[in-house]
Amino acid sequence: MSIKRKAALVGIYEHPTRKAEDKSVAQLHAEVAKGALEDAGLTKKDIDGYFCAGDAPGLGPLSMVDYLGLKVRHVDSTDTGGSSYLVHVSHAAQAIAAGKCDIALVTLAGRPRSEGSSGTQPRNYGAATPDGPFEYPYGGATANMYAMVAMRHMHEYGTTAEQLAWIKVAASHHAQHNPHAMLREVVTVQDVLDSPVIADPLHRLDCCVVSDGGGAVIVARPEIAKSLRPPLVNILGTGEAVKGQLGGKVDLTYSAAAWSGPVAFAEAGVKPSDIQYASIYDSFTITVLMQIEDLGFCKKGEGGRFVSDGNLISGTGRLPFNTDGGGLCNNHPANRGGMTKVIEAVRQLRGEAHPKVQVKNCRLALAQGTGGQLGSRHGSATLIMERGE
Amino acid sequence: MLMAPERKLPAPSVGPDNKPFFDAAANGKLLIKQCSACGEHHFYPRPICPHCFSDKTNWVESAGKGAIYSYSVMRRGSPVQYVIAYVTLAEGVTMLTNIVDCDLDAIRIGQAVRVVFKPTEGGPPVPMFAP
Repeated sequence: MSIKRKAALVGIYEHPTRKAEDKSVAQLHAEVAKGALEDAGLTKKDIDGYFCAGDAPGLGPLSMVDYLGLKVRHVDSTDTGGSSYLVHVSHAAQAIAAGKCDIALVTLAGRPRSEGSSGTQPRNYGAATPDGPFEYPYGGATANMYAMVAMRHMHEYGTTAEQLAWIKVAASHHAQHNPHAMLREVVTVQDVLDSPVIADPLHRLDCCVVSDGGGAVIVARPEIAKSLRPPLVNILGTGEAVKGQLGGKVDLTYSAAAWSGPVAFAEAGVKPSDIQYASIYDSFTITVLMQIEDLGFCKKGEGGRFVSDGNLISGTGRLPFNTDGGGLCNNHPANRGGMTKVIEAVRQLRGEAHPKVQVKNCRLALAQGTGGQLGSRHGSATLIMERGE
Repeated sequence: MLMAPERKLPAPSVGPDNKPFFDAAANGKLLIKQCSACGEHHFYPRPICPHCFSDKTNWVESAGKGAIYSYSVMRRGSPVQYVIAYVTLAEGVTMLTNIVDCDLDAIRIGQAVRVVFKPTEGGPPVPMFAP
């Protein structure tokens, strides 16, 4: 069973807050749900499927379905870190195609900025985590686990810090037009190189922001979607994958996007060169570079050259990416950037991105998520969408 | 030369799957697992082989020699700078670890390293590597 054109994205909402000191996580989930419903022209009573991940407070869907006052016949709390929400869109399409629900709500929210979260804190996932004893004593944090991927890429392919910096430069060119973005100042390659090194070889400006906030999307059966606001944004193909240390056969030169990407492209029946806009998960600059290669936008090892000289900047580059400023400049709510990746891709397909960054006649877009830590275990999800009639 | 100062190491959580590993570490030995069904080594150690799913896995002692596959010096955001790394052992498996007792600025991929054991706070020592 393919999910191609079996479901459509009918509602999106990105919370404007970047620091929510006086709001609960549950409240933020409710606010983004309300925003997405208003965007879609639907009411709470229309929702019969609910999706959330580990950022949802309490017992996930058990807490949130009750808190939101929903009555649903399908729930899914798949958690693959920041890529969860792309997986949710895929699973929602599958559930709709299988007749398990008609209109699915996906929410994300969190307040890591207010809670003082940092990507340099070693992560402890609990005593039962099987790889924990072999990771936590060594200070495995988010920043250094991604940095080792960058270090190996530089060693294998001659990728440079300047090339990685171009990814941040492109994101900043887009963020200047986003009034909600945390970092709106346009930066240069030299600015990135001059920022302090956090974890070799990644500089501070190679890292995404830590922000509060959230987002929501609504996925609906095509017959319902056609009765709502145009244009239709059809889901064409999806892929998901998980990659880790492979039993000790560690290979940092490719990510799980090398597995999720081909599945999504095959289902959609399109190829990377057909994609007009791409939301690419950008926890760090190296995250973007790896996914661009693994999705086939360029050959493995050539990502550094591909992203250089503004090639990711809308209007001038070959692959306009993250036109909202992405995680590098705009926001990274709950330390999970997958939701905002879907939202900006839908804006592009609707023609509702900022006019300065809107891709002309954008008909085919991709959203790509990476969750967890690229250097240890991570999830990847690829989502390909089209503007329908 | 910037030596890596001692970092306070949190204790690993020892459970039935990995107790032999940490007992051996306390005696200065690095154990890895080898599967007698498929012959492959694996890391981190499990009772069931992640390559062929056989339960015929055995503890074997590593020679403790390897080469740095990748690394990163945590320069900021930590009270003490430290080096996280993947080291590929001569037996073929790659393990997450720290590089210690060395100049932080002289570390390179491919560098030969040997195992050393460092004490943790209230737990067994853990294997790390030094040039």
